[in-house]
Amino acid sequence: MTATKSVSLAGGVSTSPAGSRSRAAEKRRKWYEIIGLTTPAIAVYVMFVLVPMGFAVYYSLYRWRGVGPPTQFVGFDNYVLAFQDPIFIDALRNNAIIVVGSLLVQGPIALGVALLLNRRFRGRTVFRLLVFVPYVLAEVTVGIMWKLILTDGGTVDALLKSLGLGGLTQAWLADLDVVIWTLLFVLTWKYVGFAIILLLAGLSNVPSELTEAAAIDGAGWWQIQRHITIPLLGPTIRIWMFLSIIGSLQVFDVIWVTSVPAVRSLGASGTMATYMVDNGFFARLWGYGNAVAVILFVISFVAALLFQRFLLRRDIEGAITGRVG
Amino acid sequence: MTQRKPFSWGSPLTYTLALAVAAVSIAPVVYVIVGGFRTTPQIVANPAGLPDPWVWDNYARVLTQSDFWGQAFNSAVIALGTTVAVVALGVSAAYVLARYTFRGREALYTFFTLGLLFPAGAAILPLYLMLRDLNLTNSYYAVILPQVAFSLPLTIVILRPFLSAIPRELEDAAAIDGTGKLGFLWRITLPLSKPALVTVGVLAFVASWNAFLLPLLVLSDVNLHTLPLGVQNFSSQYTSDTAGILAFTSLAMLPALVFFTFAEKQIVGGLQGAVKG
Repeated sequence: MTATKSVSLAGGVSTSPAGSRSRAAEKRRKWYEIIGLTTPAIAVYVMFVLVPMGFAVYYSLYRWRGVGPPTQFVGFDNYVLAFQDPIFIDALRNNAIIVVGSLLVQGPIALGVALLLNRRFRGRTVFRLLVFVPYVLAEVTVGIMWKLILTDGGTVDALLKSLGLGGLTQAWLADLDVVIWTLLFVLTWKYVGFAIILLLAGLSNVPSELTEAAAIDGAGWWQIQRHITIPLLGPTIRIWMFLSIIGSLQVFDVIWVTSVPAVRSLGASGTMATYMVDNGFFARLWGYGNAVAVILFVISFVAALLFQRFLLRRDIEGAITGRVG
Repeated sequence: MTQRKPFSWGSPLTYTLALAVAAVSIAPVVYVIVGGFRTTPQIVANPAGLPDPWVWDNYARVLTQSDFWGQAFNSAVIALGTTVAVVALGVSAAYVLARYTFRGREALYTFFTLGLLFPAGAAILPLYLMLRDLNLTNSYYAVILPQVAFSLPLTIVILRPFLSAIPRELEDAAAIDGTGKLGFLWRITLPLSKPALVTVGVLAFVASWNAFLLPLLVLSDVNLHTLPLGVQNFSSQYTSDTAGILAFTSLAMLPALVFFTFAEKQIVGGLQGAVKG
């Protein structure tokens, strides 16, 4: 430290004994500040995010009804049981449908709407505002809203009948083969606005010089989008995909509220998260529920790491954020 | 392509498409609000009809006889508490990560950003058990503290680049005037970073206001229920009162909608800033 011999603004030479003492004091003070300012955040974060995760691993090795400390050690039995339960396998399948379905359905819709709302026209701000509305509504509100609209003989059925499409009416939320697709629709309605917000942000970063130059060269609107804008949106699209996958793996609220327990318990509509809460919290199979939690965690984490490794790479640089949805 | 004007009338096709998209986005919301002005027999007879006559009774009933106000109060306390704490803890940590140089800084940053990859919901069961053992369930803290923890990573990731961007010269000038790093944080950084603080605050507030799973597990006392729990309970308790459910749901989403129209710039700006990184 003393070897640097830097001349400070105050004019002192740092190698003098007094200088090094005050420098040491300064250094100590710096560390007090660092520790003082970061400790509350670290403490809360460790206590309420990391510690519970560790406990989940521990509890998952026990058969435990949640009373007193866990004593009946069962090793990995809970994990084995989960993968033997057809309802859990159904939950995995439903999560897979939601992950893939969200990407395939929301992606193109969001891209189309974002390109549309990126055009300059009067009233654009209002349209943008309206498109984002579903995203800010609480998941519970959205779930109950669609539950009422989709109920047997409800609004959707009435509309279909009035259009002469009465044959298409379904038990949207009760038919075991239909319900997951209905839920996918509701999730799409709820979250496509988030994809649109992100894509509009990406679009605002596309330099207008590029598109204008192309326009001068005689490129049409679609050609410009196809060959300039969309390729430049690559990083934004990949970040959205990442957030969408993580969100889809954890989805709980909308599923829980929209689909009734009876349908969930038959595996037609449940996800890993609803399965975990149904079995762990409500059926009080705490050890088992925690094993499901660990499985959910590992699947999400592996998906996140794989995605980062193979698709995000450079895009990520301080940008995997917005995990609000 | 001559000079581009800030706004022009788009083609009819643009408007048609934009109108269709907007209609799909808000038609269900409008349906719920308007449905609250009908009676249940009206709704059963003609699910897609308009109120005839308009009745105020459902809304009046929800506002006077249900637990709506108590639940709105609980939601507000929890959301405000969460917001204040997230902003305070987040800006302190982000300030250190942005403007101090020390060993382990990047490791600490990575440590926080890992929270973005963690599915916070996955740890909800052990979290509940821990809060139960700490005798914290059925208190505002049981919701506020974990929500602060869940929101910290995003808050720090948004704030750090913003705080880093404050020019070094300002800090040097403040140092010459005898202001230390803490003084610089308090007197110069905080006022300068207001827009970013508002953004992270709004995001934390909305996340808390809409939260369902955590309150569902840790708040079994109905007197502490938040609005999302209230809506869910009302709808499962009075299943036959469709008009009442519609009215309750409308009233529950009203604060979010009003808040959104005022804070739209911050919400959208925050998410966009997050992507730009």
